[in-house]
Amino acid sequence: MGIKSIGSHLQVKGVGKRFGNVEVLKRLDLEIKPGEFIAIVGRSGCGKSTLLRLLAGLDVPTEGEVLLDGERVNGIHPDTRILFQDARLLPWKRVIDNVQIGARNGDKARAEEALRLVGLEHKAKEWPSVLSGGQRQRIALARALAGSPRLLLLDEPLSALDALTRIEMQELIEQIWWEQQFSAILVTHDVSEAVALADRIVLIQNGAIAIDIPVPLPRPRERNSDFAYYEKLILDHLMERGAPASVSAVSS
Amino acid sequence: MRQWNKNFVVTGMGLIIPVSIVILWHIFSVSGLIATNIMPSPLKIVSTIVDLFREGELLEHIGITLYRVSMGFLLGTAIALLFGVLNGYFRTIRYLLDPLIQALRNIPSLAWVPLFILWMGISEASKISLIALGVFFPVYLNLVSGIQGVDRRLLEVGWVHGYQGWRLIRHFFLPSALPSFFVGLRSGLGLGWMFVVAAEIMGASKGLGFLLTDGQTTGRPAIIIASILLFAMLGKLTDYLLELAGRRILRWQDSYESLERRKAL
Repeated sequence: MGIKSIGSHLQVKGVGKRFGNVEVLKRLDLEIKPGEFIAIVGRSGCGKSTLLRLLAGLDVPTEGEVLLDGERVNGIHPDTRILFQDARLLPWKRVIDNVQIGARNGDKARAEEALRLVGLEHKAKEWPSVLSGGQRQRIALARALAGSPRLLLLDEPLSALDALTRIEMQELIEQIWWEQQFSAILVTHDVSEAVALADRIVLIQNGAIAIDIPVPLPRPRERNSDFAYYEKLILDHLMERGAPASVSAVSS
Repeated sequence: MRQWNKNFVVTGMGLIIPVSIVILWHIFSVSGLIATNIMPSPLKIVSTIVDLFREGELLEHIGITLYRVSMGFLLGTAIALLFGVLNGYFRTIRYLLDPLIQALRNIPSLAWVPLFILWMGISEASKISLIALGVFFPVYLNLVSGIQGVDRRLLEVGWVHGYQGWRLIRHFFLPSALPSFFVGLRSGLGLGWMFVVAAEIMGASKGLGFLLTDGQTTGRPAIIIASILLFAMLGKLTDYLLELAGRRILRWQDSYESLERRKAL
């Protein structure tokens, strides 16, 4: 496999972000080990997407710093790729050319390989406008993978897809992440998606980390009773429903 | 085959009204309702055009007019591309230049004629420059608004993948501005045809615009109407070619128009 990379080590140190008088993120500390998959969960407006934009270098923190393998993130890093909520394919480029945008130095062979990874090599010559929503998002994933990222940031990438396509995509992302060993950060409000994919789930409330829970379930993940337990655990925290009681009940 | 039938029907629909008008015009001329010394019959116009063609003059007139329009169009478009990209992309340059360009845009075409004659004489250069000036404004305007209208979310894709400067312009700004650039090209071409008349009326010994003034000074309305019709046909033809090119280049567009075309009739 030519597209292979080892994940980045990411450290978030006392990062805060303020838009005018509104404090969106409050002195956040977070560490992602190389190759780890973490999910950042929170209600809309909690600041999770802002955090992801800071990690991507698309925005600058008001205070604190983000370190990538010990180096301060200062703008967009060539080893970091983002999968946006909407596929954001360029309508004026055919599928393969869209993927090629992600490949370093426009390497066509690498683009083709990435397209094979997501199973859409037969769509190479199509225009994005004829693809379904799920296919577009897979092309966007291929574009991100073509750059052999060491850190993949996923900004609610599956929220616009139907339930079945979403589960398919989750399995695809898990499998590719497993093979490629990049570090991954998924921002989502879908708790079951977070449990399906993440080694660790970080819950953000009002711009601060509320809890940080490891999810030691075996991979590939099955939607069994353990899965349901973690789902409920996170959901209870998210809804502030007095989680501790249910934790002890299920884990015993 | 089906596609050809569709095109045939679409073209046919556009012809119904012009053809009816010509038939009515002919009937009125023959029945004497229109004075033929003021408004000659369609047949007279056709025979005038055929005569001009036989004398070999017509192709020469059409050729020189087409030459002026295309040179002016190319020159005007080239300058508009340069300024459009610079002003669309660099804010500082836009703040410096755009107000001036907007002010110049409002000067009527004929107002430039005396100045251009004074500067460049009654030469090809002055005619082509005048046409280029007319073409410049709509192309520039649409290109700038197209460049500024680029979707920020797509630009983020470019930034994330390390696209900057000229590569960002070439792969993101320009293709994204293409649809509006083509709108500019088509209205620019339209203005090019308007300005060529102004240029040829101001002093030319050849060209369709010269035929117009020639018809006026020699009192031959058939020649005037023949030249007007030729202008209409050439204008339509060149616009059609541009539209074809645009449709081919913009075939990625997922618009109402392309949907309409796909399932047309």
